[in-house]
Amino acid sequence: MMNSIPRIPLARWTDTAIEYLTVNYRDITRAVSDVLEDFILGIRDILLVVPPEVLIILVALIAWRIAGKNIALFSIFGLFFIYNVQLWDVTMQTIAMVMAGVSLCIIIGIPMGIFAAKNKVANRIIMPILDFMQTLPAFVYLLPAIPFFGLGVVPAVITTIIFAMPPVIRLTSLGIQEVPEELRELGKSFGATFFQMLSKIELPLARTTILAGINQCIMLSLSMVVIAAMIGAKGLGGVVWTAIQTLNMGMGFEAGIAIVILAIILDRITQSLGQSNN
Amino acid sequence: MEKIRVNNLTKIYGNNTDRALAMLNNGIGNDEIREKTKNVVGVRNASFTVDAGESFVIMGLSGSGKSTLIRCLNQLIKETTGEILIDGEDITKMSGKKLIEVRRKKMGMVFQSFALLPNRSIVNNVAFGLEVQDMPKIERYEKAVTAMELVGLKGWEDYYPENLSGGMQQRVGLARALATDPDILLMDEPFSALDPLIRQDVQDELMDIQKKLQKTIVFITHDLDEALKVGDRIALMKDGEIVQMGNSEDILLSPATEYVAKFVENINRSKALTASSVMVKPRTVVHPKDGPMATLHQMEKYGISSVFVTDRSGELLGYVRAENAADLVKKGHRVLDEAIETDGPITGLDTYLSELLDVLAHTKIPVAVVDEKNHIKGTLVRGSVIAGLAGERGMPYDE
Repeated sequence: MMNSIPRIPLARWTDTAIEYLTVNYRDITRAVSDVLEDFILGIRDILLVVPPEVLIILVALIAWRIAGKNIALFSIFGLFFIYNVQLWDVTMQTIAMVMAGVSLCIIIGIPMGIFAAKNKVANRIIMPILDFMQTLPAFVYLLPAIPFFGLGVVPAVITTIIFAMPPVIRLTSLGIQEVPEELRELGKSFGATFFQMLSKIELPLARTTILAGINQCIMLSLSMVVIAAMIGAKGLGGVVWTAIQTLNMGMGFEAGIAIVILAIILDRITQSLGQSNN
Repeated sequence: MEKIRVNNLTKIYGNNTDRALAMLNNGIGNDEIREKTKNVVGVRNASFTVDAGESFVIMGLSGSGKSTLIRCLNQLIKETTGEILIDGEDITKMSGKKLIEVRRKKMGMVFQSFALLPNRSIVNNVAFGLEVQDMPKIERYEKAVTAMELVGLKGWEDYYPENLSGGMQQRVGLARALATDPDILLMDEPFSALDPLIRQDVQDELMDIQKKLQKTIVFITHDLDEALKVGDRIALMKDGEIVQMGNSEDILLSPATEYVAKFVENINRSKALTASSVMVKPRTVVHPKDGPMATLHQMEKYGISSVFVTDRSGELLGYVRAENAADLVKKGHRVLDEAIETDGPITGLDTYLSELLDVLAHTKIPVAVVDEKNHIKGTLVRGSVIAGLAGERGMPYDE
């Protein structure tokens, strides 16, 4: 019975679609690619212009202000270690990709989250797409990104956005939906417009939840940026990738530790940002 | 001068309101409408007017439609049919911009659970309405402080809502509504979440402020005492309908329906009941010549720990505690005099329970009820008082 239905040619359809898109929209994707590449490498170059010791102190100060003394000390030692094992330049490349990816996730994700919170139909369309984005194995869309955007940092950041944006949208939407109905009534009854309601009531009250989403986004970006080394994104992931290919376990471990250090610093700072109210 | 006029306002929740409305206009009841159309009637053909400077109370139990009704007045809820004229203009037909303008300038709302923004200091909460109007910071700060002084919150500007008690928080809510100097205050059960004593304080304060400012107030409550205190006129709602409207005397003395009568029946009985109506007969009394042994025996027999002492004519002399009587027995005394205490709580027959509740709450000795000749007529025990307040007859004897 089940065998009487012919095989669904989903694979062939996908190939055809990708081929069609690459042939016909190549100019657009390449233009996007150029802009994005300038953006990412620009961030990296700025990070590299700053002397490492200045950058370390700067990060430590920010960590101290936001997350306290311990994490500030950790930043100093951790970043010094990265510098010491000569992974500074590749680390800056990784940070640049994370920053580019996360900022795009925020710029696109927060408005989408607001939209999903305000509009039931949008919510019903967006949420399954997010499930799809989060569960589809990254390797499946990592490779198709190459014909669109070429090799290098751009497809890496694009796949990072696909992978890391869902929590920003989800938690923005959740945070806004969780605003008590009486506070919404407060806004309305005093004559607040749509944007006043957002800026004076909904976003401030959803702040903690939204920041939790951004924190998750940063962590996911960091892990994706490493995987994206497979398509030539370089950075710390590139070092890990080379180490795996050459069975150089020591080198791989050093780069791995550097990634952990970055993750801890970024996580603790953004987490404290969410907890410290007022 | 007429400030608010509501004509035939109806609100039906659901998505088949046309059919439900037709049924409603044919006089079909809410339950039947709900069964046949799955739509719920919130407000049913409500009509009333409120004069400028008047405080109009809408009273009803939960589910009676009072919250829906007040939310229609500033269009937080869109009515199904009907007119709402504010200063002669129909707010239900206003464009978005005009509606926002009316909400900003003419109306202030106070909410049941205060609706303060936890991330803002008190002064910034009070200034919220002014901020929404894009008033410059210094000016709105000044106005907010003035409004805070009005409700007795001076000095609390830089605190946060979490630092304040419930009563204080609702003062902030009131100050916020007053800060924009609206003509109309919409108050949705503003004091229901407060402790009874604090509630009275804030009610008094609202009355004082109202004397000064003469706002037009629409006040929602489920508490008849509060309605009688705050309202110049009261509308009673049941199942979305206004069943009676009038001043407090109309409502209390000539309830229009059984529903209203029931409400009135439940008005705080402590203000209507006297000591004589809930007192019980003391199980026993003793006389001074009875001696400690006999007294103790009486107490044991009735299982009580103190007993009133009277003379032959019934005049109250005092009371004796069991432990003191037992002491005298141990010492071998034969007269009771030493054990008689005279500082027990005493009240007259016509004293209202509301004045006695405090005494009753604290005394360990039953309260003696005496007539003008100081003859004991009965005693108040907690059980009989509670039964009285609950509307039951008092028990014939002391428990």
